[in-house]
Amino acid sequence: MSAHFAPRIVTANHLLQGGVIYLADNDMWVDDIREAEILTDEADAQLRLLFAEQQPDTVVGAYLAKVTVTEHGPEPQHFRDQLRRTGPSHYAHPSDKRFENV
Amino acid sequence: MYKYTEFDKAFLLQRNSQFRAQVQRRINGQLTEEEFKPLRLMNGLYLQLHAYMLRVAIPYGTLNSAQMRQLAYIAQTWDKGYGHFTTRQNIQYNWPKLSDVPDILDTLAEVNLHAIQTSGNTIRNVTADHFAGAAADEICDPRPYAELIRQWSTDHPEFQFLGRKFKIAINGAIQDRAVIRAHDIGLQIIQKEHKLGFKVIVGGGLGRTPMIGKTIRKFLPESDLLPYIEAILSVFNQSGRRDNKYKARIKITVHEKGIEDIRTLVEDRFHRIRPTYKGLDQNILESIKMQFPPPQFVKADSTHFEQTYETDPIFRSWVDINTSEHKADNYVIVSISLKGHGQTPGDATTKQMQVMAQVAEDYGHNELRISHEQNVILPHVHKSNLPQIYKALRNHGLATANIGLISDIIACPGMDYCALATARSIPIAQDIAGRFKALKIEHEIGPLKLKISGCINACGHHHVGHIGILGLERAGKEYYQITIGGDATSTAAIGERVGPGFSAEEIVDAVERLIYAYLDMRKEPEETFLRTYQRVGLAPFKTALYPKTALAA
Repeated sequence: MSAHFAPRIVTANHLLQGGVIYLADNDMWVDDIREAEILTDEADAQLRLLFAEQQPDTVVGAYLAKVTVTEHGPEPQHFRDQLRRTGPSHYAHPSDKRFENV
Repeated sequence: MYKYTEFDKAFLLQRNSQFRAQVQRRINGQLTEEEFKPLRLMNGLYLQLHAYMLRVAIPYGTLNSAQMRQLAYIAQTWDKGYGHFTTRQNIQYNWPKLSDVPDILDTLAEVNLHAIQTSGNTIRNVTADHFAGAAADEICDPRPYAELIRQWSTDHPEFQFLGRKFKIAINGAIQDRAVIRAHDIGLQIIQKEHKLGFKVIVGGGLGRTPMIGKTIRKFLPESDLLPYIEAILSVFNQSGRRDNKYKARIKITVHEKGIEDIRTLVEDRFHRIRPTYKGLDQNILESIKMQFPPPQFVKADSTHFEQTYETDPIFRSWVDINTSEHKADNYVIVSISLKGHGQTPGDATTKQMQVMAQVAEDYGHNELRISHEQNVILPHVHKSNLPQIYKALRNHGLATANIGLISDIIACPGMDYCALATARSIPIAQDIAGRFKALKIEHEIGPLKLKISGCINACGHHHVGHIGILGLERAGKEYYQITIGGDATSTAAIGERVGPGFSAEEIVDAVERLIYAYLDMRKEPEETFLRTYQRVGLAPFKTALYPKTALAA
């Protein structure tokens, strides 16, 4: 393990849906950040990113996001990645239901 | 409004069919993302933070009820039940799926709408005064010229790959409501010796290098419009920079070469191009003008309105704040606020869009407009209909009486949606609106333009806000800089930065301090925030904003 390498996860947008997805350790793409593979080695992280980038028919814009490892799973370090996880802060993942009676 | 010809319809269907095939090829893996990206951008499709975003043009902000209903239908069918109206009179859908976009575009085409050139380095949606065709101070309706430019610029082969995007705005009234001095080209309709023409302004723009446009031609005859615009574009295309994305706007070209040199280049080019225009454009313009007749104004008894106005203070306040003077007797222009306190500026739900379409159909000659201030306008309303309109709007959260007040905030989507953003805009707008509602001083403050951008690109027009807020990132956190003294009108000015930025937790208090300082300093209630700033300058506001620093000094 590199001495000063902050843990990373691989994240991207889904080509068809557009939504935020994360790479799991079983090579599947998942919606839930808690299921993302935590990469603690820089070389591993680069390899996993290459793996993601080799799937242009599935994902767009793959990159490594810094995380803090907690008991609840990886927590994004940057607020941008936090927003990507939670969705817009003004509507909590808005659904049609919320607007039915407005 | 302009009615699509068979040619227009066929063109749109062909474009949509091409895009459908492009999407299919992307999904099949025949196109890489690098190959596909310019194709999707040409059709208004971005990939943002959480999802794709489709930006649909509302040419010069004009819509009819059927079109608004279609926008609502799209929000309900392929999105999450809402859309976001922007400072460029577009609507953005935040959640479409890639495979659904071709169907969305076909649905738009059914009502003569499209997303062409709402992105990319092309001539973008031409914007105009949202009171066009209705305002009491109007010299001439700018929309036929905007439509002419739309037709000319759509798929124009010479201008599909400019150095950067290119924005044109046109205003036909005395008061500039189209922010023409902050556009690549701003056109002001003027009348000289009974002849119509344009004052042509060039090189305005906001973004990281804000510039107020400069006059390149004091009077351009109406018939020279297209060749002159073509000359400007052509000079920009040839001499504009392409080495640096941020310097590839015409404002930089004008700034670096000077307006005199640019004028010489443009005039020279214009004189070479002019003979190639043999009158077809003018014939087309005349036929477009015929399609923008004033509505059949009605005469009606306004007694019920007068009585309601006298007896219902809440209705009276809404009328006083949200209606503007119309050119026709007993008519007004109604501004529907999409800025309910705590709401997202510019967002409208499916139901709200349907309600606005219905109100326009029932009481507004079937016309709607989108303003660059992210509100919806009913341009032609007889006063007798105001009580019914108010009631219908109020039932759906659309009757907030705050047009032109501090909670009528322009805010870009910011980092809640935008991939380019460096900070959030929406929660700041919500918090500021909520604070001033709680303080109950919004009406006492009077006219005040507060504008928020979530990054230096300035989609939220913060530079020209009386109070501008720019969201940036510092050390992994959002922070917000304040500018004051900006002006988006015919006396356009870029706001002055007051000092160091504030955290998201501090920014609302900071705005409150500015406002109380203004209330203390103003000579009389009629002296607006902007006038007070112009009279007293930056220093007293700086003291109010940074009281600890002021004490230490």
